[in-house]
Amino acid sequence: MLSLEELTTDYGAVRAVDGVSLEVAPGTITAVLGANGAGKTTLLRTISGLQRCRHGSVTLDGQELTALSVEQIVRRGISHVPEGRGVIAELSVHENLRLGALWRRGEALPADDVYELFPRLLERRNQPASTLSGGERQMLSIGRALMARPRVLLLDEPSLGLAPLVSAQLMSLIRRLCDEQQLCVLLVEQNARSALSIADHGIVLNLGRVAAAESPERLVADEQLRHSYLGF
Amino acid sequence: MSALAARLPRPRATLARSLLTVALLAVLLGLISTFISAYDDLRLAYGAYYFAVLVGLTMLTGLSGQISLGHGALMAVGAYTVALLVGNEGWALMPALMAGVVVTALVGIPVGAAATRLRGPYLAGATLAFAVGLPALADKYPGTFGGENGLSINPPVAPSFLGGNFPLERWEAWVACAGALVALFALLNLVRGGFGRRLRAVRDNEIAAALCGLRVARVQTLAFVISAACAGLGGGLLAEVLQLAQPGAFPLQLSLSLLTGVVLGGLGSLAGAAWGAAALVLLPNWTTDLAHSFSLPDKVSSNLPLAIYGLILIGAMLAWPYGIQGGLQALVRRLRGGAANTSDNQPARRTG
Amino acid sequence: MTKFIDLTLNGVSTGAIYAAVALALVLIWRATRIVNFAQGAMLMITTFIASDVIHSTGSYWVGFAAALLSGLVLGAVVERIVIRPVESAPPLNAVIVALGLYTLLVALAGMIWGNTPRSFPAAFSIRGYSVGGTQLLFAPNDSFIVLVVVALALGLALLFRGTSLGLRMRAAAFAPEVARLLGVRVGYMFTVGWALAAAAGSLAGVLVAPSVFLGPSNFDPILIIGFVAAVLGGLDSPPGAVVGGLVLGLALSYVSGYEGSSLVPLAALVILVAVLMVRPGGLFAATAERRV
Repeated sequence: MLSLEELTTDYGAVRAVDGVSLEVAPGTITAVLGANGAGKTTLLRTISGLQRCRHGSVTLDGQELTALSVEQIVRRGISHVPEGRGVIAELSVHENLRLGALWRRGEALPADDVYELFPRLLERRNQPASTLSGGERQMLSIGRALMARPRVLLLDEPSLGLAPLVSAQLMSLIRRLCDEQQLCVLLVEQNARSALSIADHGIVLNLGRVAAAESPERLVADEQLRHSYLGF
Repeated sequence: MSALAARLPRPRATLARSLLTVALLAVLLGLISTFISAYDDLRLAYGAYYFAVLVGLTMLTGLSGQISLGHGALMAVGAYTVALLVGNEGWALMPALMAGVVVTALVGIPVGAAATRLRGPYLAGATLAFAVGLPALADKYPGTFGGENGLSINPPVAPSFLGGNFPLERWEAWVACAGALVALFALLNLVRGGFGRRLRAVRDNEIAAALCGLRVARVQTLAFVISAACAGLGGGLLAEVLQLAQPGAFPLQLSLSLLTGVVLGGLGSLAGAAWGAAALVLLPNWTTDLAHSFSLPDKVSSNLPLAIYGLILIGAMLAWPYGIQGGLQALVRRLRGGAANTSDNQPARRTG
Repeated sequence: MTKFIDLTLNGVSTGAIYAAVALALVLIWRATRIVNFAQGAMLMITTFIASDVIHSTGSYWVGFAAALLSGLVLGAVVERIVIRPVESAPPLNAVIVALGLYTLLVALAGMIWGNTPRSFPAAFSIRGYSVGGTQLLFAPNDSFIVLVVVALALGLALLFRGTSLGLRMRAAAFAPEVARLLGVRVGYMFTVGWALAAAAGSLAGVLVAPSVFLGPSNFDPILIIGFVAAVLGGLDSPPGAVVGGLVLGLALSYVSGYEGSSLVPLAALVILVAVLMVRPGGLFAATAERRV
């Protein structure tokens, strides 16, 4: 169980995340929605430790994460797939995957499991990651995140730049993985509709604050909310 | 649009202000030099020719973002030009100095053009090679350049209207200060005007500047050439003050000292160049005195100035990226209660 | 004809040394995106340490090991204390810090060991091989130099391509933030990179010291030419560093032999500028897009 309590992060003089509290249970997907600049990316970066929070706490199964370094947080089982996928272009596909497994050493997922999930990656196993298409890079970054057998998956706009069909396939894949591996998934998306289609909960951020926290059905049904924050 | 234009300094106002600044400084320096000893006059002269180089270099490094480790060699070009013209050809000092500036500026054109293609460390390395390679020419052509011993010239003679007893050192100080003030005047006008804005635009984001229609390569080369001209002036003044131009006066260390002076004063700060020049003149003396007062062995005392320069360079970057001038400005701001700061003298801080 | 052969062989041997210095520079550039202008001074210090160890123990090989060890330590210490604060600052800051370190180290060396150059022993005989009655300008020691540098290059290649440490170092160099998210201790990788680079530099120092003598400023030309070699090959490319070193070694050997040694720095400059005009990123550079 991933819990955030009154999490507050400043980005220079701007309060990017303002008193956000939420809980993500294993096997559930929480969609984090909102306009550009609402603080969604900063929220994920604070959880994974890339950014220090001002106040508040992040706990995983009761363990406080806020004082730890990024490397330590990652080793507690948190995998953050950053905005833009973070595929290391100069390394090969296989090297990218191996990298994801290194800190887990013997207990990591065998690379073959990832290749089974993503046959396209197997075809391109030894090619530099720079030759992959957007969809393939997304597969690579998710596959790489899975190598460490995470408990929490933080996804920052995975459908960015992908064709609608690919994006839909990606979403159903995320749902499947979440169910099969009982992951706590925090899914940041601009594409609210597709995110809500697979989510168990939804929160909407506006100027760093939680403007709404409802079930996906209620969020979709609330027309005013949809128009104000979700763009549809 | 008009509100913006109203905030920018008008060209005539800038000219008048810089003229006034320079005139005041001229009077001040003239008065000071009459009251200090001959030895101190000489040191004033040293400080003045360093200042001439440093104003150009600080503009290049701070406002244009180009690192040059070759300005010691450019000073050599100016010095040798003046020494050749005054010593061998019998030219008068003023035309020789001007020629020195022009020649060094001409040398600066291909170097500057090459420099625009190179980024950061590549530029630093190329200018490093230049600094070491150019003085070697003096060895290769000893006939023209006097080899190891260099070229010497006769001491300058003060004009008769100043009286027969006018001390040589004071005249040298006056000449050097005049040169330094000319350089300052030129840079003040350039930096506060459109050129300065173009420089900063290119430094901060080349691609955006190019998209706005700025000729990036032109601006950067021009900045280099101007700084080369300043170095030529400084070198020419050095030749006049020391009455000598020799390879040993322009080692790699000189270029590194110049960089130290610029960093110490504050990158991009013209006023800071004065601090840097003062440091370059006073530090070697202070450190030698320090070494003697502790009765340190010879090998320690002779290396102490260098060690301190190294510590300054490292320390400045780690602790005071804005140098003395920046530190003073911050202090003034604090005392005034946090007034908004303009970006005139601040070096670029890249975010992200 | 013999002169040409001699110059060529000499070029290979000096080229190997430039390659080692270039490799050190490339290692640091790839790891932390900084050109280590203090490299020459660092390898000078470790060579002095080796010299002292050789004098006190009487063994060349113990001194050799001391040079490598002190290189590892010096590189790690420098990275941790001096370089770490400027790793994320604008490049100008790092250049100035490196130059400051160079100045400081040269001064310290002068204070500790004095400014008079001293001699340094070679590992093997420096008398040229005899081939068919003529003596070549290539000695057993030169063979040693070439073999050591080849071993260094191969060793580094193996480290980077074949080990997980190398993978982590490459990841930390290419994408430090992403690497952190994958559990890589990026700071530690930087330290290791600098330590290895400094050890490579120490190797070059010990190999070249017999011919240039050991003094605080004696290694400056080596740094400059090593830098030119690194740039020639492309700062991102270790094989480029080796090729660059070799090419430069040969070219400068010919210049020195046919035109005189005083023109060598100028020739290096000309070669550098010529290459950078055509390929601003070096011979082996991949063209990278500029981030807007």
